[in-house]
Amino acid sequence: MRKSFVLALAFACAGTLAAQAGGGQKPAGDTAHKVPPGPGSLSVPNADPFTSTYKPFPSKTTVIKNATILTAAGPRIEGGSVLLKDGKIAAVGKDIAIPADAVVIDGTGKFVTPGLIDVHSHEGVYSAPGVEANSDGNEAVRPNTAYVWAEHSVWPQDPQFPRNLAGGVTTVQILPGSANLFGGRSVVLKVVPARSVQGMKFPGAKYGLKMACGENPKRVYGNRGGPQTRMGNLAGYRQAWIDAEAYRRAWDKYLADPSKENPPKRDLGLETLAEVLRGNILVHMHCYRADEMMQMLDVAREFGYHISAFHHSVEAYKIADILAKDSVGVVEWSDWGGFKMEALDGIEANLAMTDHAGARAIVHSDDPSVTQRLNQEISKAMAAGRRAGLDVTEEEAIRWATINPAWSLGLADRIGSIEQGKNADVVLWSGDPFSVYTHADKVWIDGAVLYDRMDPKQQWRTDFELGFVNLTAGGSN
Amino acid sequence: MRATRNGLLALACAMAAFALPAQTVAITGGTVYPVSGPMIKNGTVVIVNGKITAVGANVAVPAGAKKIDATGKWVTPGFVNSSTVLGLVDVGFGADANESSSRGQDDISASFQPWLAFNPLNPLIPAAREGGVTTVAIWPNGNLVGGQGAMLDLFPGSLPEVLLKAPIGMAAEFESLRSAGVGSRGELLGKIEELFAATKQYMANKEAYNAARMRTLPYRKADLDAMVPVVSGVLPMVVSVNSAADIQEALRLSKQLGFKMVLYGASEGWMVAKEIAAAKVPVLTGAMNNIPRDFVELNSRQDNASLLRKAGVTVVIVGNAGGGDEENFNVKNVRFEAGNAVGYGMTWDDALRAVTLAPAEVFGVAGKIGALKAGMEGNVVVWSGDPFEFATQAEHVFVRGVEYMQPSRKDLLTERYKSLPPSYYKP
Repeated sequence: MRKSFVLALAFACAGTLAAQAGGGQKPAGDTAHKVPPGPGSLSVPNADPFTSTYKPFPSKTTVIKNATILTAAGPRIEGGSVLLKDGKIAAVGKDIAIPADAVVIDGTGKFVTPGLIDVHSHEGVYSAPGVEANSDGNEAVRPNTAYVWAEHSVWPQDPQFPRNLAGGVTTVQILPGSANLFGGRSVVLKVVPARSVQGMKFPGAKYGLKMACGENPKRVYGNRGGPQTRMGNLAGYRQAWIDAEAYRRAWDKYLADPSKENPPKRDLGLETLAEVLRGNILVHMHCYRADEMMQMLDVAREFGYHISAFHHSVEAYKIADILAKDSVGVVEWSDWGGFKMEALDGIEANLAMTDHAGARAIVHSDDPSVTQRLNQEISKAMAAGRRAGLDVTEEEAIRWATINPAWSLGLADRIGSIEQGKNADVVLWSGDPFSVYTHADKVWIDGAVLYDRMDPKQQWRTDFELGFVNLTAGGSN
Repeated sequence: MRATRNGLLALACAMAAFALPAQTVAITGGTVYPVSGPMIKNGTVVIVNGKITAVGANVAVPAGAKKIDATGKWVTPGFVNSSTVLGLVDVGFGADANESSSRGQDDISASFQPWLAFNPLNPLIPAAREGGVTTVAIWPNGNLVGGQGAMLDLFPGSLPEVLLKAPIGMAAEFESLRSAGVGSRGELLGKIEELFAATKQYMANKEAYNAARMRTLPYRKADLDAMVPVVSGVLPMVVSVNSAADIQEALRLSKQLGFKMVLYGASEGWMVAKEIAAAKVPVLTGAMNNIPRDFVELNSRQDNASLLRKAGVTVVIVGNAGGGDEENFNVKNVRFEAGNAVGYGMTWDDALRAVTLAPAEVFGVAGKIGALKAGMEGNVVVWSGDPFEFATQAEHVFVRGVEYMQPSRKDLLTERYKSLPPSYYKP
């Protein structure tokens, strides 16, 4: 009974949202609001049923002064200051006016960067402790599970989140796992404490679709009805897009004149794929090998969608010129490789080489430990680039963990750099973030201090940790 | 894997061209960290015929020596990564190219000697070496008693040539119930006690056992033989365990059964650091673990290694944070693990010791490697700066006095794809 009521309600809301969509809503600030649907969203029954309830934490007008600022938007500013006001970066430069009511933090000897962004995280869906009951990241029941949404697995009390924040990470994309050709929808979260995942959701961020190339789907389904081969994988993607295109047409036809006929039956998986075809959901595809990425670019062309980024692209350096031309992000580790055949050709200069070829180079973790040290990852990759003879600067390398991932999420207008008007997501580092000895001292999200290494009271503790874990994310007792 | 051995031998001959022959080498002008003694400014290290012959501030450079100017550089012993499967695994999974685990019998494979399958020509070895690692310990994976470890130097010689010492310890799993094939840790410890009791029986009645005048013990004879040095307190048992309570139980058992112990992991070691120090039990652990990954390591913390050291425990730094594969593909990263230990409170000198002399002492090869002093193997690294920093490169790496210039597979791929499209005909 109750179930059918909820369904009916969802259907009813669909009409309302679709009607609103024509109104041309403008994106508001980072407070909860409906996702502004793109032009194609008219055909989506409900674009935003799990609306963000995030509200910025209370903040004070703050100035960090006399620090080295890596803005990710230009040359470094030595002895610079940043003004955080009303959740935004109000000013940045060598000489800025300090408001009388501002909290002033001396950044002498310290560095300031934008909050780091990890576009490949499984926190909350593979929570700690990593017990069977917390294994919610892979709906490995059939090769196409485009119908699942990662947010429905996210446990906001995962103790990995506060540790991630302590590493200077302020925004994460949580992805389903890579067992499936189509793994399901991703969700973009702010790394903040909340009672529900809705309270962490980045308002207005587009959804992503997780897809996977190569060995994983083959391995998982090889003896379970397939795909058993890479050609099986390709057939699986193409058939799904054919179905999605038919679905999109049927809905678009209906919505062009809803009075004419009954609406087609909704299908959660096809709805997600149709939204990709309309450009409203961004494709994030796990793909190691260069030749497979090239095939996926052709599949994307065949069906008229764009791939936002290839993840784990250990061979991106082999086709960096092509990826640059096609505006595809390349999401890479600094130095992982070799753990399976498709990862064999991982090289440490990958980030630097793809960046220098003009592609959008992005560092990622896929790992709850590595994600706490993305600054160390880009430092390793920068050193490898230099060793390979490329002139990589810290100004360039910081982009791999800030503005470039923001771009791949469609959020480059709001986060990823220290520029006037952007969200005040900022990290104060104890020293040069490219040094192994440096820690994040303070982390702000939307202007609010959410982590302070020196103050255990300013270190978020999840419910799980109470009584179980006697340490804070900053390592204090 | 075996079928390719001949091919690899052919490759070895080709690779010999990359090695400069052992000769007299003098590394001069650098800041020298001998580890066995205080830092030497403007020091000289002399290597003759593969061995270090002199280290100091006022050392004469032998006539005809190949001189390496290390002015502004840092000179250390070659680094040791004490927890690897290097040379045993070509590809982790999906390729049938992994020699690191054995089947055993009833979760016991004490007789397993993984180094017998060690491939000195494994292409990941040059990658480890160019990162300043000259020595590794290799260990088996899986089982309650998984088998024996070995320590080897990283150069393309034959197995007897590269082996520094084998066995160096017996790997045992005191935590993973699945690996140990049990339902609870209580059962696990019971199985260890049974194995010890059987080995003692076997030792006391060896002749009768061999003549079949004694009842058969439920273990393979080879495993009982392998357990003898462990039960006798000669060969240390390297025990994987994390929780404070389990560490205490392991300490108790080691005392009760009289075996030498080394702890591996010990995430919650800091909570019982004094007890570990009092028992003189060394610990192999990482410096980046702070995730309550399991109910037996809820209180993991990044400064665990540092707190253990401060309590007087001998600490060997290894990479075991999970991601990143410091056991094979990224063996080189042990130096960054050490850097992180410093970031979390360990002294720089202690961190250097934890990746050089400390493992050499723990595994009984301190007379050969781990320090820069006369008589030691010529395992020496000249670094462009602080070896724990990412920006620093290992500029010269000597293994037994020889500098191997062989590029790693990663270097070859990097070179090939520097300009696009690549040529598939140039190396």
